Formats: sequence, structure tokens, C-alpha cells
Amino acid sequence: MSIARALPHDAAPLHVTGAARYVDDIPTPADTLHLAFGLSELAHGTITQIDLAEARTAAGVVAAITAEDLPFANNVSASVEDEPLLAQGQVHYLGQPVFLVVARSYRAARKAARLGRLTCKAAPPILSIEDALAANSRFGEAPLVYTRGQPEAAIARCPHRLEGSLNLGGQEHFYLEGQAALALPQENGDMLVHASSQHPTEIQHKVAEALGIPMHGVRVEVRRMGGGFGGKESQGNAVAVACAVAAHLTGHPCKMRYDRDDDMRITGKRHDFRIDYQVGFDDQGRIGGLDIVHYVRGGWSQDLTLPVADRAMLHTDNAYFLPHVRITSHRLRTNTQSATAFRGFGGPQGMAGIERIVDHIAHYLQRDPLLVRHQNYYAASKETPKDPSSQQRPLRNTTPYGQAVKDFILHELTDQLAQDANYHARRAALAKWNAENPVLKKGIALTPVKFGISFTLTHLNQAGALVHIYQDGSIQINHGGTEMGQGLFQKVAQVAASRFDLPPEKVRITATDTGKVPNTSATAASAGSDLNGMAVKVACDILRARMAKTLAAQHQTTPDTLRFHKGCVHVAGNTLSFAQAAAQCYQERTSLSATGFYRTPNLQWDRVKGQGRPFYYFAYGAALTEVVIDTLSGEYRILSADILHDVGASLNPAVDIGQIEGGYVQGAGWLTIEELVWDEKGALRTHAPSTYKIPACSDRPERFTVRLFAGANCENTIYRSKAVGEPPFMLGISAFMALSDAVARCGDGRLYPALDAPATAERILLAVRRQQGIDDV
Amino acid sequence: MTITFLLNGETVTLNPREPTETLLEWLRESRGLIGTKEGCAEGDCGACSVVVRDGGGCRALNACILLLPQLHGKAVRTVEGFAAPDGRLHPVQAAMVAQHGSQCGFCTPGFVAAMVAAHSNGATDYDTQLAGNLCRCTGYAPIIRAAQAAAAQPVAPWLADSPPKVRALAMAPTSADALAQALIDQPEATLVGGATDIGLWITKQLRPMGPMIFLDACADLKTITVADDAISIGAAVNIEQLRQVMQEHHPSYADMLCRYGAMQVRNAATLGGNIANGSPIGDNAPVLMALGAVLHLRCGSVRRQLPLEAFFLGYGKQDLRASEFIERITILRQPDCLRVYKLSKRWDQDISTVLGAFYLSIEDGRVREARIAFGGMAGIPKRAHHVEAALIGQPWEETTLAAAQGSWAQDFTPLSDMRGSARYRLVAARNMLTRCFLQQRGTPVSVREVSP
Repeated sequence: MSIARALPHDAAPLHVTGAARYVDDIPTPADTLHLAFGLSELAHGTITQIDLAEARTAAGVVAAITAEDLPFANNVSASVEDEPLLAQGQVHYLGQPVFLVVARSYRAARKAARLGRLTCKAAPPILSIEDALAANSRFGEAPLVYTRGQPEAAIARCPHRLEGSLNLGGQEHFYLEGQAALALPQENGDMLVHASSQHPTEIQHKVAEALGIPMHGVRVEVRRMGGGFGGKESQGNAVAVACAVAAHLTGHPCKMRYDRDDDMRITGKRHDFRIDYQVGFDDQGRIGGLDIVHYVRGGWSQDLTLPVADRAMLHTDNAYFLPHVRITSHRLRTNTQSATAFRGFGGPQGMAGIERIVDHIAHYLQRDPLLVRHQNYYAASKETPKDPSSQQRPLRNTTPYGQAVKDFILHELTDQLAQDANYHARRAALAKWNAENPVLKKGIALTPVKFGISFTLTHLNQAGALVHIYQDGSIQINHGGTEMGQGLFQKVAQVAASRFDLPPEKVRITATDTGKVPNTSATAASAGSDLNGMAVKVACDILRARMAKTLAAQHQTTPDTLRFHKGCVHVAGNTLSFAQAAAQCYQERTSLSATGFYRTPNLQWDRVKGQGRPFYYFAYGAALTEVVIDTLSGEYRILSADILHDVGASLNPAVDIGQIEGGYVQGAGWLTIEELVWDEKGALRTHAPSTYKIPACSDRPERFTVRLFAGANCENTIYRSKAVGEPPFMLGISAFMALSDAVARCGDGRLYPALDAPATAERILLAVRRQQGIDDV
Repeated sequence: MTITFLLNGETVTLNPREPTETLLEWLRESRGLIGTKEGCAEGDCGACSVVVRDGGGCRALNACILLLPQLHGKAVRTVEGFAAPDGRLHPVQAAMVAQHGSQCGFCTPGFVAAMVAAHSNGATDYDTQLAGNLCRCTGYAPIIRAAQAAAAQPVAPWLADSPPKVRALAMAPTSADALAQALIDQPEATLVGGATDIGLWITKQLRPMGPMIFLDACADLKTITVADDAISIGAAVNIEQLRQVMQEHHPSYADMLCRYGAMQVRNAATLGGNIANGSPIGDNAPVLMALGAVLHLRCGSVRRQLPLEAFFLGYGKQDLRASEFIERITILRQPDCLRVYKLSKRWDQDISTVLGAFYLSIEDGRVREARIAFGGMAGIPKRAHHVEAALIGQPWEETTLAAAQGSWAQDFTPLSDMRGSARYRLVAARNMLTRCFLQQRGTPVSVREVSP
């Protein structure tokens, strides 16, 4: 069997030899032109003049295009018509594309893009959450509110109450391969586009609109991305549409790739949040009522802000039962880059909010935060059925949005992690260590993750596949998912191989292609292998049934007696190699090509009411992080991370562990060293790796242990596996909470650190000094 | 200008379109070798790493800011050139596959290059060797496992290239004398050491460059001489060379240099370049000021000396005259009373928020000598004269530190920027003196020295 084997990524031998091709590596025709955007240098204003005379006459320049020159639609938005490819009338953020230079070389295009003279009438920019609230600048008219029970009354009834606020910074994706696309004009006005995109169908759709042609005239191919993380769900639209439009206007192939500074200045990032809360709880720390408000900085256009903010609301509970709760979500429009999808899609912010609250409660009660977490956990899965007392008191297993949590395994999972990683002894040892060390202080935290799997826009939960068996027995598969490093192709190939019991190398994975599988959803929401794995399985099973029928008839037996086993087909006492079987089916005129289709069952969701079952199931995990901080500088280090994570029955444990390790480090990076800084004019000051610091090699935990939780999905997913793309990102919250714990241990214990994120060395030092009662900072 | 070098074992001779053409551009656009990637075009991500060999051995360099003239007479290996002639993968490549060290694969060629260089040199301090390579997918753990797994394999004999013998380029003088003359002839020329800064003028600022003079062939500017009384460092010495020598004399300086850029940058960047560009956050200047370094400047045959701190006149303004260049930097041999503290958002490969260098000699419990200098606290690297005055002659006690408290604001009024606020800088700088004091008393003060 090929399932559950820790096989290397299918492209690994190509990666290590430099033979794996990305968009900018595709050989291009000699007449290919190169593009660069001219950007707004103002965060908000009205354009009065665009003078491109100098840019147009610069060396190597073929054309300079403004909004007026576009042939059809000027809209690259993923949601509503509020995102022009090139600014029209107004500029809405500093870095917004205003004009497009077409030149004979990459350098010539970039040089000329700096020669445009843009005259604007400046308007005051709305930059911060506070600015937006003051100006009532928002997406939609009013905040979205989900309520269960009577939160105010419940909070008032509780013996203890706390309130607080948490600021969470955004995050740059920093995919190593920047946005890139190549458009090649075809006969008949058609366009072939190679894009670095998680969403080829949307590129197809936007290019078709921009060229004024039906979608059948546009084919989009994506072999792989050099990282996506959500940043190539919608943010590649502008690059691909620019290429297609320029190719259409000039008749030449056109290629565009952002250099790193442009990429960071133009594209959206993770949403930053402010979260305000009021919570009531009992002596044990059990939450009785919660009133929580999310302020979401969405940037200049709507993009995916609404579903991101929704998912944040849906993860306000994380692993905790909230009997009475109000979640209010303000989606704010600002003159900054349009915040977009990023691994977790609002989930991390929602989850960080409740983890802060639980930690705050534990500090107030001076209890072990892990105990308080346990107190608030949803009911264990085994408590759920026929508990005689359950008729008297409602079960603690329903989310604020009304979905039952059926397989809540976090009690056992966290117990197992705490035991394996020696949580209690290590926590007890900290006090002694810290007492002996005047400058350095350690902190520790164990935090859980419960993450909902499915697109909350229910119709996106579908996938298609196309499988061919050739007459030599080799198999080619195609599906709507895209490969961005997550190992999707490898997992799906293992699924396909397993349906015929073939070694995985018999299965060739091909580039995602809108001409092969249409109407695909973005590879997002962690759903890639769930959806596409199932669609490929369906197609393979159709082919297997056809082969069985043909071969059974040939050998005068019934299809049910036929076995596909270890690369062979056993039929009526004969053993055929799979190649022989395929050849015989071909000669018998059996179709060896099939499509497969899958739609996630049992979803039903009303996002306005906030009621229903948005998620097919939940993925779980927990991480224990220990840190040490330096109270003189605020510097710190993650000493160790112990992780136990639930991937159901793993399709490929090596790929899954890779997602978990990488997700943890990326999540910890978000909350620790990755800081986006805008100045008072709205200019992003951290627009290159010189100033924006993602974790480097030595920032990973020195001791880093990742284990998979033994189990299987309670829902009928592909081989009972679970999604793994996003959930591990939120394991990084444990690093933030461990830092908070270390800071809390610097004073007399009365003051809660209330750290904001990212918890840079500066924030840590200031927090330590507050603990020490020094108010010079 | 004709440039000759070895590329993956084959001799290449070419005439660059411009001297500013980078190796990365040439590989990808002219040579069709697309394995080497551009991630940032500023030397901060390592995706473009290649292995370059010359008389000094082999090292990883960033191809994105490596100008073609710098390769003259060297041997270059790219990711396409690491496997054995029969196609067998290099041990590092095989281990990366087996240990699941690649996910999206875009950073992988650069990692493989840095790992091949480390493997060839027998280096196993992977956090240091790979600090200049960013990966956004894996969290680094499997990459380190791969490096460790490959360590026991023998060095690949097929990578032992012999760099070609070449005649120096006209724009690359071969001695300080020749350089002095070249600068008299072309006072407007830009001197190019490792191009780790100038490379960004080209790739980021798209600045038109006038005449350029490359320093790489100036053998006498690339020497460090350690005499009984002084250490003399040629201006074209690279930071990695400097680090190795300082390891013996001033280990705290060497430790800091371990965090200066990363391996690929240190292998290229020169000490003279770091001083001459006048950056207020260049990490060498404050340390050398605390060591009392003297700068040796030369214009034609005329030489002059000045204390390093006198060189920095104001933000972006140095005491460097037309046709003049930094020839050497000297420091006296002296007891190692130096402590250097670098504070940055990220531990490795980050520009300092504050860098403090303390040369404090204590005799009979009193501060006899104090030279304290900072980067990141003013428009130039700057001595803390008021703080020094408050310490000299005083008992080396906490009371003295407290008494010096008010002197800090007299010495520094730092700015706020994306690296840190003015208040943070001032508090952190002040705390560095406390750190120095506690460290001398044996108190653990480094988070890097704590084991899990």
C-alpha cells in the first residue's frame, strides 16, 4: 500500500538539483516583454495627472499603460468590484499600482516605472484601527454580531470579572518566490497564463473579464509555487491580469514578477486585530460569560476580509465551551495594503484572543493555566453519549454557532503531551531556576488548538479530478489543487496508487490546469488533500470498476472476484501485470479516462445568523513551549517545543510532520519577531528581509519534538485523514504565552503582563520593566 | 573587459553587458541556469547562494549581489553543478531528499549551496553556516537533520576545481600602490569591495554607476598582520577573515561578527567598506572605536592617520578626501577587556538596533580605562564620553553605574525607527553597561547560553 508511508515530496529530487521549474524559470519566446507597476506614493488622494512622457521614452520601453488604456474590466478583486488593476481617479494606499510599464527587459521596466510623474490632491489617510473607528470607515454598514445566551447577565452573575485588550500585528507571507505570471497570446484571441497562484480558476475568471472573452478562451497552468501561505489566493490576480492585458495589447508574451520590495509594498498581509474583552468566571476559572469585540484592519479593498473576520469569530472559542457569549466583529477599511488570506485565515487571531483571556484568568486566580484550560474544555468525546445526567444539564459540547463538537480529543491529547513532555515537573522547576538567575527568566506554556475544517463559504467545498490510464499501465492524474510545497501532489498520488495497489512512481502528477479540471476552488482552508484526494479516489474507483468489468468478462468471471494487488491484477486464477491489464482493457475498447468529483457532505451554514454546521470536522493539537528572556534587553529564545498533533490517520507522516514543524515556526514568528511598521504617511517601512525578520535557522526551538496523535477522523474523509495545512500554525501561540509567563514571573505576581503581539524584544523589555515597577519607559 | 572563470567545471569567457551585471542575472538570463533563485536581490535570503572557490578555499556567496567582474579567475559551482559527473547526487542533496528538507523548494538550491560549502569545509556549526538562508516552509528542523546526516560522508572530490589563471582586469588593481594611482586617475570612481552594499545600489536603487574599481585583486589590502604591539588589518579583508583572527584576540568581537550579516555576506563584505560607507549602524566601527583603532588613509603616495572616531563627521559625512581611500586599520595589542553587545530584532543576520562596545580595564576594583562606543544611538558611530568620564577612576560597583545614569542622555539622543523606539534604545544601551558589570561577576546574562 502507498498510504501512510513517509515518502519524500515528489519534487524533492528536482528541488535539490535546481531542476524544479517555477514561473520565472519557464523558457520564454525571444520576443517576451517584461512588466513593472508604477506605484502611488500617497496613501489617499485624488489623481489629477499622470505624466508618463519620460517613462515612455526611457530605454527599452514599449508602452506605459494607465487605467484609461485597459480594454475591458479594470477589476482584480476576489470578492466585489472595488479593486482596480490600475488606480482610477483615486489612490487608496501607498504602493497601489497606478500605471504599467511594458519593456524589453526586467531592469528596463523597473527603471521606467520610477519615471512616472503622478500628481495627486492629497486626502487625510485612515491608517489605524482607531482612525477607521473615528471615521466609521468599514466594510458593510454595521459590525457582525454572534450571540448565545445572555452574556451581560452571565458576566454580572460571576464571582470574578476581568477586562482587557490585545493587539495582534499583521504578518507578511514572505513566500520565497515572489508573485509572478507569464501570459502567452494564442490564436483566436485566447490566452495561456502560467501563474504562481493558489487559485487558477480565479485567475482564469479575472483574465477573461479583463480581455472581454469567455472563460473558455483562457487557460491557466500552475505547476508549483515557491510558497503561498494564502498570499497567492487572490494577490496574484493583478500580476496575471497585467500580463494578459499587456500581451493582448502588444501581441507579445508578457512576464511580470514583483521584486521583493514591490511585492511587500503592493500585496496584502495577515489582518491585524485589536481584541477587547470582558469575561466573567468562577473560582476554578470556568468562564460563565464573555463579551468580546474584534476590530479587524482590512486595508483599502474588501478582498477576503469578510470571510477572514468570520473565521476569527468562529475560532473565538478555540477549545473552550462558552455558555454565554457575544462576539462583535468590526471590519474596518483603511488606506493600507488590502489585508488578505494567510494560513489560518482569521483563525489564529480568534484563537489568540481566547488563549489570552484564559491565561489572564489563570494569572488572576494564580492557578496553573493548563488547569484553567482543562476547566473550560468542551466535553470529552466519550462523555457525549447517554450520560444519565445529561438531561438535567446541557452538554458542554456545542460551539457558540451551534455546531456539536463530536470528537473532542483534547483532554487526552493534552494529558498525553503534558505527561510525555514532563510539563508539571518542568513548570515546578522554573521558579527555582528563575530565583537563581537575576537577569534571565524562563517561562512555559501549553496551549491547545481546535481548528474547523471546511470553507465557510459552503459552495467552495467541491473538487474535481481527471485520471488517465495509458495502455502501458502508467497513470496520469490531475486535480484542481495546487502545489505550494505542502506535499498535496505527493499525498494525492499516494491515494491514486493505493486504489490500484501500485507503487506511487507509477502515478505521474501534472500541473494544475484549468483546461483539465474546471471550476476549481482555491487551494486553501487546509482542504487540499481532503477535497482533491477524494475526487481522485472517485475517478480511480470508476476506472478500477471499468477495468474489472472488462477483464472479468474476458476471463468469464464476475468483477467482484477480481483483485488489484501489489502491482498486478488477479483474475480467474491468472495474474496480469497492471500494464497487461491496461493494454487488454484498451484493446477491448474500454475508456481508461475518468473524471471524479467530490463535495463535502453535511455542511449547512448561515453566516449572518452565525448558526449551523460550517465545518465538516475539527483538527486538534497542542504545543508546549519553554522560553528564556533577558530582562536587560528583552531578547529571548525559544528553548524547546514539544508538540502532539492530530492529523487523523496520516496519508504521509513525513509530509504531515513537515507541515507541523513549519507551521509552528511560522506561527511563533508571527507573534514574536515579525513586525510590520508603517509610518505616519502610510508607508510600509519594513518592505524587505533587511527590515522584516522572519525566523532564521537559529530561531527554531533548540529542542523540537513533534509527534502525531494516534487516531482516525470520525468523519469519512480520505482514508480517515485530517487536514494539516493551517492548524499547526496556531501551535505557535504557545510561544507567545510562554513569553507572557516569563514576563509575569519578573514581578511580584500582581500585574498581568498583557503583552501585545508581536512580542518583540522591545515589547518584552517594556513589559518586564512594568513588572519591576519601573516607569521610565 | 573579458572575464574568465570556471562554471560547474567548464571555463567560461565572457564580456559582460555592464560591469554591474550580477552573476544571478547572467546565470538565469544568459546562461539558462535557472536553478539559482532570486528571493530578495539584496543578500538577505540566500536563495541565490552559489559556491565560489579561489586561492582562499571555497565559500558560499550571494549571486544576487555578486558582480561579474568579481568572479574573474575564480571557480563557481551552482546547484546544477553539485552532483557527481555520473549524476549521483551530492551527499547533501541526497540527505535533503531523504530527510524531507524541501517543501516548496524555492529556497532549496541556496540551502544546498550553503550546505555544500559547509560540507566541503568540514563545518558543522549549522546555525551559523545556514543563518543566511531563509526558509518559510520547513521551520528548518529537517534541513538541519539533512546537514547532520550528510556530515559523515566524504568531501566530494569532483568539486575540487582549480580556478583558472588569469591576468588582472584593468579595473581591478593588484596592489595598494596601483589602487592609489587608479584613484588619482579616476577620482570619481566607486570602490567595490565585496559589493554587499553597492550591490543594493544596483539591484534596489537602480542607481547608474560611474566608473568602478574592484578591490578583490589587491592582495596587500587583504592581509592581517599580528605584530607584538599592534594588529594591522587591510581594508579589503573580509569579515569572516577578521572574525577568525579576532577569535583569538578579542573573542567578544568575534562572537558579534558571527551575527554580522550571515556567512554569505561575511565572505564578501570588507572591513574597509563597512567603515567607508559611514553607516551609523555599521557594526565594526563602534567596536574598533572602543579598541582605540587608528585609520590609515592614503591619497596617491600621501598617507595620513586619524583615530577612527574622527573619521565620522556627521550622518553620511566622512573625513575622506578626493582620491583618498582607507588602506589599513590598526589596533594596539592590549589586554582583552572588551565586551560587545549587539541588539537586533532577530538574533542572526539583522541590522543592529543598538550595538554597544565596552573596553573597560579594572584595576584594584576601580575603572582605570573606559572606552565605550555605540552604533544605532546617533547619526554616526559614537563614543559615550560622558559615561566614560563618570566611570573612570570610580570603584567598579553598582553605585558607580547608578551615578553614571544621568550621563547617558548627555551622550545620546537616539531616534525612533522601525528597529526600535528612542526610549528602548536608551534603556537598552544603559542596560548594556549593567550587563557588562554582571557578566564580569559571573552572572549568566546570555539567553544563548541556556540549554533546554
